Amino acid sequence: MRKYVPKDDVQKKPYYTDRYWVAPQVAKFDVESDEIFAADLAAIKAKFDVIEAYIQVEQMVVIINATDNFKVAKLLKEECAYNQLSEVGAIDWIAKQNQYEIFYQFLSMSKRKRIRVKCFLDVDQAVESLNPLFRSADWAEREMFDMSGVKVNNHPYMKRILMPEDWVGHPLLKTYPLQGDEAAAWYEVDRIYGKEARDVIGPENREPAKVDRYDTERFGRLGHEVPRGAEFKEDQPETPLAYQEDGGVFIVKKFHADDTVEITDRKR
Amino acid sequence: MQQPNRLRPFFENISFDRKDNEMVINFGPQHPSAHGQLRLVLHMQQEQITKAHPDVGYLHRGMEKMAENMIYNEFLPTTDRMDYIASSSNNYGFALAVEKLIGLEVPRRAKVIRMMLLEINRLMSHLFWLATTALDIGAMTVFLYAFREREYLMDIVEDYCGARLTHSSIRIGGVPLDIPDNFIHDLKEFLDKFPQDLKDYEDLLDTNRIWKMRMEDVGVISKEMAESWGCSGVMARASGLNWDIRKEEPYELYDEIEFDVPVSDKGDNYARYKLYMAEMRESSKILYQTMDMYKKTQENNQTALMAHAPQYISAPKLDIMTQNYALMQHFVLVTQGMRPPVGEVYVPTESPKGELGFFINSQGGPYPYRLKLRAPSFWHTGILQDLLPGSMIPDVVAIIGTTNIVFGEVDR
Repeated sequence: MRKYVPKDDVQKKPYYTDRYWVAPQVAKFDVESDEIFAADLAAIKAKFDVIEAYIQVEQMVVIINATDNFKVAKLLKEECAYNQLSEVGAIDWIAKQNQYEIFYQFLSMSKRKRIRVKCFLDVDQAVESLNPLFRSADWAEREMFDMSGVKVNNHPYMKRILMPEDWVGHPLLKTYPLQGDEAAAWYEVDRIYGKEARDVIGPENREPAKVDRYDTERFGRLGHEVPRGAEFKEDQPETPLAYQEDGGVFIVKKFHADDTVEITDRKR
Repeated sequence: MQQPNRLRPFFENISFDRKDNEMVINFGPQHPSAHGQLRLVLHMQQEQITKAHPDVGYLHRGMEKMAENMIYNEFLPTTDRMDYIASSSNNYGFALAVEKLIGLEVPRRAKVIRMMLLEINRLMSHLFWLATTALDIGAMTVFLYAFREREYLMDIVEDYCGARLTHSSIRIGGVPLDIPDNFIHDLKEFLDKFPQDLKDYEDLLDTNRIWKMRMEDVGVISKEMAESWGCSGVMARASGLNWDIRKEEPYELYDEIEFDVPVSDKGDNYARYKLYMAEMRESSKILYQTMDMYKKTQENNQTALMAHAPQYISAPKLDIMTQNYALMQHFVLVTQGMRPPVGEVYVPTESPKGELGFFINSQGGPYPYRLKLRAPSFWHTGILQDLLPGSMIPDVVAIIGTTNIVFGEVDR
C-alpha cells in the first residue's frame, strides 16, 4: 500500500526514497542505567502518570499528560533541583494525530543533568503556563504560540513575539508554506492601503534579481534603446553603441575596436 | 520634592511633583546603540523607567522553517547568520547536534582545529562586544583599539576559510580543510601580543571614573533572576552561577585542556565587563594549548579531517575523483541529503554569548522534522523587561551593551 501523506502538508518532501529503506533509530536506553535520572523519574512517578521515559543521547525524556505540566515542572524545580528552563517548543503532529507535541528542556546545574519533559496536547486545548516557576517561560511560550499556535493558559502577556501582531497564521505549522500564504504575500498592501488596493499595486516582486526585458521603465536595452516608459516592440531598430566623446573615452587609450581579433580556434 | 544626586543636580524653580507624569519613549528599532533591531517601549517617570517592553522580530527570517525545508548540509551556511559576530560557533553547534544524532566520532585533528576556530571566534566576539559597548558609553579609543585586534583575528580566519564574517568553517563530521602553513605562526604572534592589548584596554577602562559610574551597580541581575530567566554564559556567571558548558558538559577536547572559568557574584555591568576580559585571557590560554595539540597530531600522523561514515558523510575528494562508489555516494548525499536516524537530540554548546542549543527532531528523512534553535540572546533580551524598570534612561544603553545581544540570534 502507498504510504499516507497528508495533502495539506506543504513542507519539502524527499523526491526519492528507496521503497525497502527502513530508517534506523537513535538508541534509547533504560532510565535505570543512570542513578540520578532513575531517582528523578521515581519522584515524578510517585505523583504523576508517566506515559514513557527513556534516555536518549545522554538526556532523559519523560512523556507526561499535558494537564500535569505545571505540577511536574514545579516538582522538578523544587524537589529535583532543576533550576533552569532552557527551552520550550512545539512540534506539529496535527496531520497525524491532531496534536501538538510540546517539549520543555530543563537543566540542573547542581546535578549536571538535562531532562526533556514532553506532553501531547490536542489542538483545541491549552497548556498551562510555566511563567510563575520560570520567567524564561514568558518569552518561550510567546514564541511557541506565535510560531506553532499553541495556546497557553494564565500567561501574563500572550502576544506574538517574532511576527507582527496582526499576522495571519502560524509559520511553523506544516500547513504553512515556506514562501508564506496569501495573507503574507499581501501583508503590507492590506495593512497600508487596504485590500481593495491589491489590484492597483499588484503582487510583490519576490525575485529582486528579476530582469524583465519588456519593462522599459526600469530596464534599458543596450543596442536597442527606446525612450523610458515607451512600449518595446520586437522589431525595434538597432541603436549602435557609440561613445559621446570623439575617438572613444580618453581613459581607454590602448583599446582599438578595429584591431581586435575574435578567437574561434581554441587551440590557436 | 527633588532628590539631587550625581546625575541629577538640584533644579531651582522647577517642580517635578506633577501627578501622572508618565512618558512613553520608543527606543529603537533603529537606535545605534540597540545593537541591531531592538525596539524598547519604555514607560518613564522623569528619568526613571517604570516599565519596559522589549519588542523583537524585526530581523526574523524564519530559520527554523527554512531548516525544515533544507537538507542538513544545506542548512549549515544559514547558521552563520544567527550570531554573525562569531559564526563558527553556530556552525559548530549545528554540526555537533547532527553528529550526536548520527553518533559520529570526529577525527582528533578536526577536533583540535574546531577548538581553535571556536576560541578565535570567542575572542572575536568578546573584542567586538568590548568595542561596541565602550563606544556606546563614549570610549571611542577602546572601540578603535579592539577593532584593530579583531581585524588580526579576522585575517587569521580568512586565511583558513576565506570568509571574514560568515565562516561556514565547520562541516558535519569534521572540518573541510587543514589549517594553512602560516596559521600557527600568525596565531602565536597575535597571542604573544594580545596580553599587552588587553592591558591597554584595562588601563583605559578599569579605573576610569566615567566607565565605573556607568558600570558599577548598574543593571544588577540577582542569582535567582539569572536562574529563572535561563541566563547562560557571562550573563549567568556574572551573577554567581558557576556554569560553563565547556567545563561542566565537555565537548570536543575541552576536558583535556586546562582553563579556568571566571565567576563573579556582583551581577552588575562592571562584573560582566571584568568577566569578558578574564574570558579573553582564558581563551588565549586554550589557544596556546590547542596549538601544542595540533603539533602532536602532526607527530602522530593523524591526518583525517572528516569522519568516515559513508552513509552520511561524503568521502574525501581524492576518493570521489578516483573511486566509482565514493562518487555515487557523494552524488546521493549532495542531491538527496543524508538521512539521520529517527530520534531527537538537544545539544547545548557554550557559544560566546551563552548556551547555544540545537534541538533536532528527525523522522529519518533528509529534512529535519523540527529544528529548534535555542539562542542565548533571546533570553538575555527577555530579561530586559525585568531588569530595566528602576534604572535611569542612560543606563539602558549600558545595560543593553553588557547583555551582549545579537539580533541575528534573537530573531533567527
